[in-house]
Amino acid sequence: MQTSLKRLARYAGGLALLASLGALSGPAQALTAYITNEKGNSISVIDLDKLEVTRTVKTGQRPRGIALTKDDALMFVCLGDDDTIAVIDTKTLKEVGELPSGPDPEQLRLSPDGKLVFVANENDALLTAIDVATRKVVSEFPVGVEPEGVAVSPDGSIVVNTSETTSMAHLIDWKNKKSVANILVPPRPRYAEYTKDGSELWVSSEVGGTISVIDPVKHVITHTITFEVPGLAKELIQPVGIRFSADGKLGFVALGPANRVAVIDQATKKVIKYLLVGQRVWQLELTPEGKYLLSTNGVSNDVSVIDVAALKVIKSIPVGSFPWGVAISKQ
Amino acid sequence: MFATVVPPAASDPLAVKVGVIHETHSRETISILDIPPVDDFIAGARMAMDDNNTTGRFLDQSFSVVDAKLAPGEDPLAPLKEMLADGVRFFIVDLPAAEVLAVADAARSSGALIFNAGAPDDRLREEDCRANVIHTAPTRSMLTDGLAQYLIWKQWRRWLLVVGSHQEDQLLAEAYRQSAKKFGAKIVNERVYQDTGGGRRSDSGSVQVQRQMPVFTQNAPDYDVLVAADENEVFAGYLPYRTWDPRPVVGSAGLRPVSWDPSHELWGAAQLQSRFQRLFKRGMNARDNQAWEAMRLIGDAVAHTKSADPKTIHDDILSPGFALGAFKGQALTVRDWNQQLRQPILLTDGRGTVSVSPQEGFLHQTSQLDTLGFDRPETKCKLH
Repeated sequence: MQTSLKRLARYAGGLALLASLGALSGPAQALTAYITNEKGNSISVIDLDKLEVTRTVKTGQRPRGIALTKDDALMFVCLGDDDTIAVIDTKTLKEVGELPSGPDPEQLRLSPDGKLVFVANENDALLTAIDVATRKVVSEFPVGVEPEGVAVSPDGSIVVNTSETTSMAHLIDWKNKKSVANILVPPRPRYAEYTKDGSELWVSSEVGGTISVIDPVKHVITHTITFEVPGLAKELIQPVGIRFSADGKLGFVALGPANRVAVIDQATKKVIKYLLVGQRVWQLELTPEGKYLLSTNGVSNDVSVIDVAALKVIKSIPVGSFPWGVAISKQ
Repeated sequence: MFATVVPPAASDPLAVKVGVIHETHSRETISILDIPPVDDFIAGARMAMDDNNTTGRFLDQSFSVVDAKLAPGEDPLAPLKEMLADGVRFFIVDLPAAEVLAVADAARSSGALIFNAGAPDDRLREEDCRANVIHTAPTRSMLTDGLAQYLIWKQWRRWLLVVGSHQEDQLLAEAYRQSAKKFGAKIVNERVYQDTGGGRRSDSGSVQVQRQMPVFTQNAPDYDVLVAADENEVFAGYLPYRTWDPRPVVGSAGLRPVSWDPSHELWGAAQLQSRFQRLFKRGMNARDNQAWEAMRLIGDAVAHTKSADPKTIHDDILSPGFALGAFKGQALTVRDWNQQLRQPILLTDGRGTVSVSPQEGFLHQTSQLDTLGFDRPETKCKLH
């Protein structure tokens, strides 16, 4: 049994090799993006070769945060109004189970090794870790009021949670279950993201209108990035999702009702460009090699596709009602 | 379970006591649903206290509330003096305008900071403004401007204004007249509804009301919308569905401009509502919310400055970088010329948020929120 499984695995590996060889000569294998539609209670599946929606599947109520397992076999979708996280098979797009999230889950994040999924439990001001294999809660840690954004350092040692009403980034040494630092940031911190090399932690403050760049070793804010769009009221600049380009040199920030994605030079922290996308831009995701950046635009019901090399919006793809989250498969 | 978790402590523990002095509101409401709960107002302060304490846990700061609940007409200076003697230097009040001034003036020499979270009177932010008072309650002019912008957007420009006979109603009616002028609406007719006393709810009251309201509103010139100015719940609640002409009712009934409503759930407000519901077994009303905002202003400023000195807290709240997240779609800041909290105005039908003002297209050179209420160039306030 063992041997045959191994053989099967090798066989599958060979197939994968063939497929990747094929990719070198022929057209690239299609990548897939999964978009959660907050109001539509659905997921739009986008073929990233054609840049169009190929399928729309129904979900439970108010899907927002979405993440794929390391092998892309499953996706986890936060269903805020169902108080659960759905586990969906990416092949069949059928729900195959759920994760115990606690009430109103919104965002989630996988550990770099893919074994744990972290989710904020808002009602109890706790950060919860769920084991991906057993789908059970394995540990909890107290954080601030209305915990939301979760990030994990590239080495997996530090878990960061932002709490919206407390306005802090909580840095937790997860292995030793020890609070490392609680850093005050401008109001309503919504999202946190480490730079590729782990040397900086970026936290977006939706109400404060800023990005706080945190030194994760010294636990201090080293830069505060602000945004200014000519002709646009300051109050409309509400940063949410953050991503870094594949080479780590560019930071991208979704600016909410400012309808723009800011492009920031990671080294100098200067805004290079504002890319006009759809309305109420929430979250961002890059394709695995970093060619495209996708943004979910809640109010205009579409996804903008940004060519990262050219820093240009090349297409907007109509999706379901109020798109919020985005995840992209690695194959 | 979390006994081993010791959050990194700041230098010194800081305990902040906040006095809440509030007069109870009349139980004579047209709808049974609007009878003020026993923990009206104070519940908002208490929830913000909890929120501040959760943050305080990480900063070694703690917040507590001293509750002074007064019957209408009871002297607020007695509890004020007692609390001042106890070292309390922050007060959140829900009192009539004259009492707000009395408290502010009596507290002045102590350096205490007062948060007006109840009185909507424009005069407290204009000719009678006080340097030691910050206002979280929106003014009548902010509320009427918020509603007026929406009515203009709807192209409902011809208003039938019905005004109650109380002094507050007169002030509210004046605010509606100003808003009409400011945004280009026309008051085609004005009527006064006399308060002749008597209970609001009686067994067969509906029979009479059904006959009275059409008669009261008949023979009006052609109008788009009936605007009711009735702060004492005398008649406005009876108007919807009972006007002579089939017209929507707005103002004190129907579509109401408010700082908050138990049905508001936009911009993450559902989170605040569910926490409030869990703690107090009821929805959060506008007064609760205004008290919550005041306590959160204190909490955020204490967290920023690590100080409980009222002057330091006051300066921080008014500093350019200060912004309060309050589930209203954008940051709330304080107008430096009269210390009024800038805020969007929700338009509610009590079942949900119908719209939020400022409306698109009403522009302002500094903050669109300053299209609501008296703006800097018009202010009569001199802070000193």
